[in-house]
Amino acid sequence: MSTTTLSDPAGPTDATARTRAALTGADGARRRKDRTMTVLVWAAFVVAMAPLVSLVWTVLSNGAGRISMDFLTLSMRNIFGGDPSGGIYHAIAGTLIITALATVISVPIGLLTAIYLVEYGKGALARSVTFFIDVMTGIPSIVAGLFAVSLFTLILGPGVRMGVIGAVALSVLMIPVVVRSCEEMLKLVPNELREASYALGVPKWLTIVKVVLRTSVAGLTTGILLAVARVIGETAPLLVTVGVTDSINFDPFEGRMMTLPVFAYRQYSQGLATCPGGESASCVADIAIQNAWGAALVLIVLVLALNLVGRLVNRWFSPKLR
Amino acid sequence: MTTTVSPPPQRVPGRPRRRKRTTDRGFNRAFRWIAVGAGVLILAVLAAVAVFLLQQAWPALTAGSDELAASVPRYPEDTSLLEYVGPLVFGTLLAAALALAIATPVAMGIALFISHYAPRRLSQLLGYLVDLLAAVPSVIYGLWGIYVLGPAALPVWEWLSSWFGWFPLFAGPVSPTSRVLATVAVVLAVMILPIITAVAREVFLQTPKLHEEAALALGATRWEMVRTAVLPFGRSGVISAAMLGLGRALGETMAVLMILSPGFLYSFKILDSAQQQTIAAYIALDFPEASGLAVNTLIATGLVLFVITLAVNMAARAIVARRKDFSGAN
Repeated sequence: MSTTTLSDPAGPTDATARTRAALTGADGARRRKDRTMTVLVWAAFVVAMAPLVSLVWTVLSNGAGRISMDFLTLSMRNIFGGDPSGGIYHAIAGTLIITALATVISVPIGLLTAIYLVEYGKGALARSVTFFIDVMTGIPSIVAGLFAVSLFTLILGPGVRMGVIGAVALSVLMIPVVVRSCEEMLKLVPNELREASYALGVPKWLTIVKVVLRTSVAGLTTGILLAVARVIGETAPLLVTVGVTDSINFDPFEGRMMTLPVFAYRQYSQGLATCPGGESASCVADIAIQNAWGAALVLIVLVLALNLVGRLVNRWFSPKLR
Repeated sequence: MTTTVSPPPQRVPGRPRRRKRTTDRGFNRAFRWIAVGAGVLILAVLAAVAVFLLQQAWPALTAGSDELAASVPRYPEDTSLLEYVGPLVFGTLLAAALALAIATPVAMGIALFISHYAPRRLSQLLGYLVDLLAAVPSVIYGLWGIYVLGPAALPVWEWLSSWFGWFPLFAGPVSPTSRVLATVAVVLAVMILPIITAVAREVFLQTPKLHEEAALALGATRWEMVRTAVLPFGRSGVISAAMLGLGRALGETMAVLMILSPGFLYSFKILDSAQQQTIAAYIALDFPEASGLAVNTLIATGLVLFVITLAVNMAARAIVARRKDFSGAN
């Protein structure tokens, strides 16, 4: 047999099988290690999903019982002790107003910076802007809150609490997120579109506004929605800037406001209420904790909805480039 | 005729003719300046954060210890501001380091799973799921940690303490409330998983396909391919990912505030309550009630946190940026 040392009179099929066996079966230890690592890698993913599932389930099961029309449309004004008739209307209003204000501040700055980085950015300035935006994403949220407090202490004196301070704190956290995602989206716009526009004699600014931004509008919307989802649940900066209140306040330039995350925290830290006459329909001992879970449920629904809508907008409305 | 036809302009040698930027006028120029201004504004905001924090912290930094003890609640007698912040820095670093130790291996596993193990069609969806962990508000992590994870982890802490009690971290007694640094570290680890995963995933996906195929062609199993081709390629990326996670864990407030029963000791006992406290949680706890010099003191501690996280993040970003320049992956 001159063809190969492995083949034998039984035929080539058997030889192939034996070759395969020699290549794959000889080293049991290596295969076992491969299997073990595959299992570990899968396990890592399962380990990460366990908290997510557990968390969503806990919030759903604990919060669902508290959700009612009253809970969503009443404030906590004049609600004391174990009185279960209060609601989170003031907190929802505060969260929406402050987040909207933060969005109004961050989106123009963030979008224009992204335009600068993609369309104009060259040299040391662009590099340092990119670098410091990355650094800015790591600013602790409480430090952003303290910054806003410091800023407004200089302007208005100490001890001032109002919605706009919280909005400034949130926008410090939101701007880098907006820049990052918008930058990615603008980079996806093909250069051919810009060049075609220039070739028709359209000035650069009009090309950016009418061609680049219009092409990437779905992606930009996604980025902005995800950035909103990122800051809507921030608690610590609002705790130090906006304060707390039990009443409805629609004016972010005057007085304290309540927000959903802060409401959840405050209710949680109130702990159990004392009911002198025992538990009844008008006095529930753990009502504060139920309120906290209810607010948490509303908050998590908001965040997940923003995430979902954001992803879907990008998937449905972005132009097919290829 | 000589008066009407001028000779074509001669190029002056040595002075290159500048192309006149006729397009950079009016709206074009205004738009460019607005865009540049936005970029500069961001640098200014970051500088302003540092300046205003420093400016507001200054009264506390310059005040004597007697003055601080008189006006700041829980300020011990005869200690400098540095000694006062010391235990807080220690608690912050300990919590973040523990969270990092838990999160990094898991995050690398998830990143490998998404980049090399999961079915190709599913991997994007699975990536979204991991990103959802980052979207959950921290206050909800706090509620979950105190009501779900804490009770669930208590038997584990007791087991750890009874078997590994000789190790300083796990020295008893175990607090029955489970409001201890170990629980906090687990919650923080879950919170920083997505950011570490996201960066590590990107790096692993950039591994040159030829390296992977070469390893497989040499008969490597999938794990051997990962170990010899993917992990060495992604090492610096993983390091910077871990540092970004560290930065996030250092600044996390609400989960610590809600779960941890605070103390002001240089203590390694992570299973006992009232031992440590982190800077961020300390600020959030005391700020709403503080006034006068106490506010300045809290802002000074916030400044310390800002400096620590800034250093960690800048180091991490510098590693990523350098890697980007030399890897040739883009």
